[in-house]
Amino acid sequence: MSDPRKAVALISGGLDSLLAAKVIQEQGVHVEGINFFTGFCVEGHTHAIRKKERARPKRNNALWVAEQLGIKLHIVDIVEPYKEVVFNPRHGYGANLNPCLDCKIFMVNKAHEWLRQHSFDFIITGEVVGQRPMSQRKDTMPVVSKESGSGDLLLRPLCAKNLPETLPEREGWVKREQLYDFSGRSRKPQMALAERFGLKDYAQPAGGCCFLTDAQYASKLADLWRARGSKQYEMDDIMLLKVGRHLRPRPHFKLIISREEGEGNYLQGYRKQYVSIKTVSHPGPLALIDGEAGDEDIELAARLVARYSQGRDAPEVELEVADREGNSRLLRVRPMPAHEVPQAWHL
Amino acid sequence: MASVTPRSKLDARRLLCPMPVIRVQDRVAELAPGTTLEVVCTDPGALTDIPAWCRINGHRILETRDNGEEQVVILEVGAS
Repeated sequence: MSDPRKAVALISGGLDSLLAAKVIQEQGVHVEGINFFTGFCVEGHTHAIRKKERARPKRNNALWVAEQLGIKLHIVDIVEPYKEVVFNPRHGYGANLNPCLDCKIFMVNKAHEWLRQHSFDFIITGEVVGQRPMSQRKDTMPVVSKESGSGDLLLRPLCAKNLPETLPEREGWVKREQLYDFSGRSRKPQMALAERFGLKDYAQPAGGCCFLTDAQYASKLADLWRARGSKQYEMDDIMLLKVGRHLRPRPHFKLIISREEGEGNYLQGYRKQYVSIKTVSHPGPLALIDGEAGDEDIELAARLVARYSQGRDAPEVELEVADREGNSRLLRVRPMPAHEVPQAWHL
Repeated sequence: MASVTPRSKLDARRLLCPMPVIRVQDRVAELAPGTTLEVVCTDPGALTDIPAWCRINGHRILETRDNGEEQVVILEVGAS
């Protein structure tokens, strides 16, 4: 008996990719999963940073999906090459800084490279025609196949009957009649199929697995690019955009102010990279200064930090200002009243 | 005479998931089956994610510890 055909499935951790892999597995195909880490993934990081979130049980949904399917999962770090997708998406951004179509093309292309390196036969995604406004439309799904270089090796089991036949179908590696014709934004067909497979406790489909789709996050990233004069970021930058309250009182510096203990602990780890401010006389946040701040700027920053401490109504608050080398000094300031903080400073 | 299994160590502190898992995945690919690997992390999620990754990829968890600040996972590389 010949070895089964092998498919690599893009596993996001959501329901659609779980079902797509399951449908193909049920046809006797050997499936392994691939999951890409861009740095903008929503899941996990907030949980790891914020103290109150830590009380909730946490899981990585892609790993959970792989375990449900009983398949291997290969997690690929694409942080560096992904930057070009974020900086210059050929097909543009969505509502925020989300380059969804370019992102999908990029990931399918990476899956195709992996397929060739590991002698797999075809690629599976959980895409559904009409499900997403940018990357999953009748007119853009062929663009993904073409521009990713995967061509007709890319099979979307959940909506394959709405699309032209692919190589795995033509060659009889999978039976087209056992694939699906889902379309549109309704989740009901997926939920019914999940029930048929006896799948429970799957991640709730939200379409929000990427911080770049989040308006507030995108606004902070755009501010970072403006302040630096060019589109660029490092891993620490995009992590810090997920943490704390960000205020830019002057064009040349911004403040990252922790909102709770977990965030304060996380920001502590950056005290050698940024000037930091911490309240001393009253319980309060830890803040980092991103940019070059002079004495007047630091006093302004200290007044803002004091405003978010328990001494906000006190006549004066004492704070410790530490430079990157760990040299510190004390500063006493009058907390800035709320009405003196322009809304435009909040990123 | 039985040989002593070498123990490899991996520092994954200050990395947030899934980076500790990715580092484990990359290191395990370089290690011979039967090798033990000790991973030190500061993201408590690693205590669920690394064992999950091991289960689906055929590696064995020998020990997990959490002192509140750091988490330690010791695994044995499987045959696959």
